[in-house]
Amino acid sequence: MVNYIWVVMILIGLGFAMVNGTMAEVNEAVFSGAKEAITLSIGLISILVFWLGMMRIAEDSGLLSKLSTLFKPLISKLFPEVPSNHPAMGYILSNMIANMFGLGNAATPLGIKAMEELKELNGGKNEASRSMITFLAINTASITLIPTTVIAIRMNYDSANPTDIVGPTLVATAVSAVAAILIDRFFYYRRSKKG
Amino acid sequence: MEIVSAISLWFIPVMIAFILIYGTYKKVPTYESFVEGGKEGIKMAVSIMPFLVGMMVAIAVFRASGALDVMVGWIRPSLEMVGIPAEIVPLALIRPISGTAALGITSDLIGVHGPDSFIGTLAATLQGSTDTTFYVLTVYFGAVGIKKMGDALKVGLLADAVAIITAIIVVTFMF
Repeated sequence: MVNYIWVVMILIGLGFAMVNGTMAEVNEAVFSGAKEAITLSIGLISILVFWLGMMRIAEDSGLLSKLSTLFKPLISKLFPEVPSNHPAMGYILSNMIANMFGLGNAATPLGIKAMEELKELNGGKNEASRSMITFLAINTASITLIPTTVIAIRMNYDSANPTDIVGPTLVATAVSAVAAILIDRFFYYRRSKKG
Repeated sequence: MEIVSAISLWFIPVMIAFILIYGTYKKVPTYESFVEGGKEGIKMAVSIMPFLVGMMVAIAVFRASGALDVMVGWIRPSLEMVGIPAEIVPLALIRPISGTAALGITSDLIGVHGPDSFIGTLAATLQGSTDTTFYVLTVYFGAVGIKKMGDALKVGLLADAVAIITAIIVVTFMF
């Protein structure tokens, strides 16, 4: 499906530019888009190296598996296919905690690492397993306690109380996270019915 | 609120200290472990590159051509009919596709309507309560080489839709 979405998005854009006379903008977009992507990945290197280094210490010292035992009851319900003492659990948990505190930068490396572990659990196949889809659903709904970026923008524009946004965000994020899990379950049962 | 911002400020330093102290206590060769783990980070960042370039060029072309604006224009009337404010429609549609574009729109809405206005609060809540589904999909699946996504995209986008609707309801009630 990604293949189609990708091609359709580019072709519609190109077709539109021909009719609309926005060719110059599109030409620029090709290069600026590519450049932005590389800048982003390079920007990620520093954070990836630091957090994966830190997390390796946490893994080697057994901290990660301690953490997963602590939250086992909750997480094993969400990820029934992951053995409770598997390192994947620890990474999933640390990713969720980092997200909750609005630390997107710390969350990304942990999320990727969790995916890697989940892939291994799935026999290294290149298709998404049930647990991977659940993990993605939780991540895109992003359970946030402190939306740091948004608070910063509100400060910039002289909000009377920048952190007021925490309340509504918390409610919205909690509801959408529950919804994401339910939607994920629904699709899983539909898949398993089809066999 | 003071406590909340204090926690976010202290969270990372405390976590680093805790990991280092615990590792030393368990006699882990901390520095060597750190370096080993860090090496993986470089590999990861490099392996994400082609995925990000592909996706971001497609999104940039789609946006620059004006196609995105036209699509937003088409969908807008039906969204307005169910009570979604017109000003917020572009943000709601772009949020799952491009994080930076959404951030731009959010700042713009907050700037124009004021941070404590209904639209400003709604934009901020929307920005904070969902994540860029396409980015998460590209980066997470890209880095570990997942080619068949299954229902992941559908689940992610549906969850986004629910998040947007929830944000509108919550902010309407709180205002």
